[in-house]
Amino acid sequence: MSTASTLPAPAPRWWKSRVVRRFLGHRLALLGLVMISLLTLACAFGPYFLPYDSLQIDLRGRFLPPFSGDHYLGTDPLGRDIAARLLMAGRISLLVGFFAMLLATILGTLVGVIAGYGGRTVNAVLMRLVDGFLSFPTIFLLLALAVALKPSPIMITVIIALTGWMEVARIVEAEVRSLKEREFVLAGRMLGLSRAHIMFREILPNCMGPIIVAATLTVARAILLEAYISFLGFGIQPPLPSWGNMLNGAQQYLGSAPWLAIIPGLAITIAVTSFNFIGDGLRDALDVRSDSF
Amino acid sequence: MIAFLMGRLAQSLILLVVVSIIGFIVLNLIPGGPMSQYALDPGMTQDDMARIAEQLGLNRPLWVQYLDWATRMVQGDWGTSFRDGSPVTAVIARHVPATLILMGSSTVIAVGIGTWIGVRGATHRYSSFDYAATIGAMIALSIPTFWFGLIGIYVFSLQLGWLPAGNMYTIGDGSLLNYLHHLIMPSIVLALVHIAIWSRFMRTATLDAISQEFVKTARAKGVSERRVIMKHVVGNALLPMITLAGVQLPSLLTGALVTETVFTWPGMGRLFLDSLGYSDYPVVMGLLMFSAVLTIAANLVADIVVALVDPRIRLA
Repeated sequence: MSTASTLPAPAPRWWKSRVVRRFLGHRLALLGLVMISLLTLACAFGPYFLPYDSLQIDLRGRFLPPFSGDHYLGTDPLGRDIAARLLMAGRISLLVGFFAMLLATILGTLVGVIAGYGGRTVNAVLMRLVDGFLSFPTIFLLLALAVALKPSPIMITVIIALTGWMEVARIVEAEVRSLKEREFVLAGRMLGLSRAHIMFREILPNCMGPIIVAATLTVARAILLEAYISFLGFGIQPPLPSWGNMLNGAQQYLGSAPWLAIIPGLAITIAVTSFNFIGDGLRDALDVRSDSF
Repeated sequence: MIAFLMGRLAQSLILLVVVSIIGFIVLNLIPGGPMSQYALDPGMTQDDMARIAEQLGLNRPLWVQYLDWATRMVQGDWGTSFRDGSPVTAVIARHVPATLILMGSSTVIAVGIGTWIGVRGATHRYSSFDYAATIGAMIALSIPTFWFGLIGIYVFSLQLGWLPAGNMYTIGDGSLLNYLHHLIMPSIVLALVHIAIWSRFMRTATLDAISQEFVKTARAKGVSERRVIMKHVVGNALLPMITLAGVQLPSLLTGALVTETVFTWPGMGRLFLDSLGYSDYPVVMGLLMFSAVLTIAANLVADIVVALVDPRIRLA
């Protein structure tokens, strides 16, 4: 027996792994990744390179159309630079979307794992709670909560998460329930591992694929929801710009200054499309079955 | 069948209880809670507030208050609107028809176009049509409904002048044609997302149906491909879609609220937003609970319809 054959195979580099290769082979997902990266970089660093501040009012330069001098995207009804506002708004909208996703995913995963691994009663109570939340039209619940709790960016993030954790919970519950009868779980129990250890250290890592896919789609949803409630005037409050509240009031100037409505809406659509494309690519790469797409 | 119906009914009742508990929590989160009406009145003293709280029974334990509130909801006493003093149920009832018309016409559009796209995508799998439909659906799901509405108004009302920019009818013109003219744009705007959802589910359902044995049998018997698809495949694929229609109701209501706002459509969504603006919390709570009850009822009806249509459940 030669010693060479007993040597472990060289560990594959992560970027050569099957998942990464399949994700990169998914053209739409790649496009989404490029678009959202560019948008994020622009929002993070762009404001430092623009000649105007997002809050700088110029009443002599109101309603300038795009490409007027240094105002690349024009100005708004107060003469503020739209390009600067768009990028600052992007920071808020993307951050709210990201953290709402994080909270919703953690909450959904917790509920899902406990419901899936718990007994009949625990499962019934938690899953009926999920059904209960799903019975409300999201925006009704969201608006009622936004009025009840003062709409600071953090509170908006929390309530978007509160209305968006159910999908993750359902997905995780189904996964956990199918995994808990498997041999490795049985082995863990015979070894005397604690319930928490089995739930979160043994079963949970095996659910990561579906969770990652659901989380990506939750970012898309959260960005859309923030846009909805801010557009309606109950989300992020001015002077802090968000993509949604930039559109609040744009309707009345639709005839004279359509760019006020067109530009922020495009930014939302591009960001949300990117996350939906990425989610689709991850679903293929991670082999997550789905009922619809 | 009877057992199925009873079980399903029991599920809905349990869900109603869960929903009412969530609603009650939201009610108590609202500034001033059940006393918000009085909290807004500047002439109120602390003593007055305490006396009203006493009268309303707000110093009783929360669960007693909940039972009391839930009982009144079941009995149809949903309180009175702060704004015009009429019963909340009457206010809501006034706004339901407009929303139902909007959602109904949107659903017809979404089901019609979505079914066609889904079936064609499944029968021409991996064709350029199928790819375009897949990508199109993902983009459609990413467009904010209100923005799509604004773009629609800009193009079709302001630039082309083909369609009205809002409202349900022109004042002084009550003709059916005028109503329909106003209905076109809002219903298409609301339908967009649902065309996408419907077409994706329909594609999956059609693919499932195509691979079934009875399709093979029908083909073997020499039934024309067109007839196989139209009768055997689409007929069976549409069955699970009935359930989907029920499940989609909350998202349809969410879209309706936004669409009604953009197109000044006098429905429930518009009422909800106006009531929020006026701090008319009884109406807000009423609509919140009504929309959830509507959803639970729609899901129950959808499941019963599926059971009636599907012999596997009907005869079980």
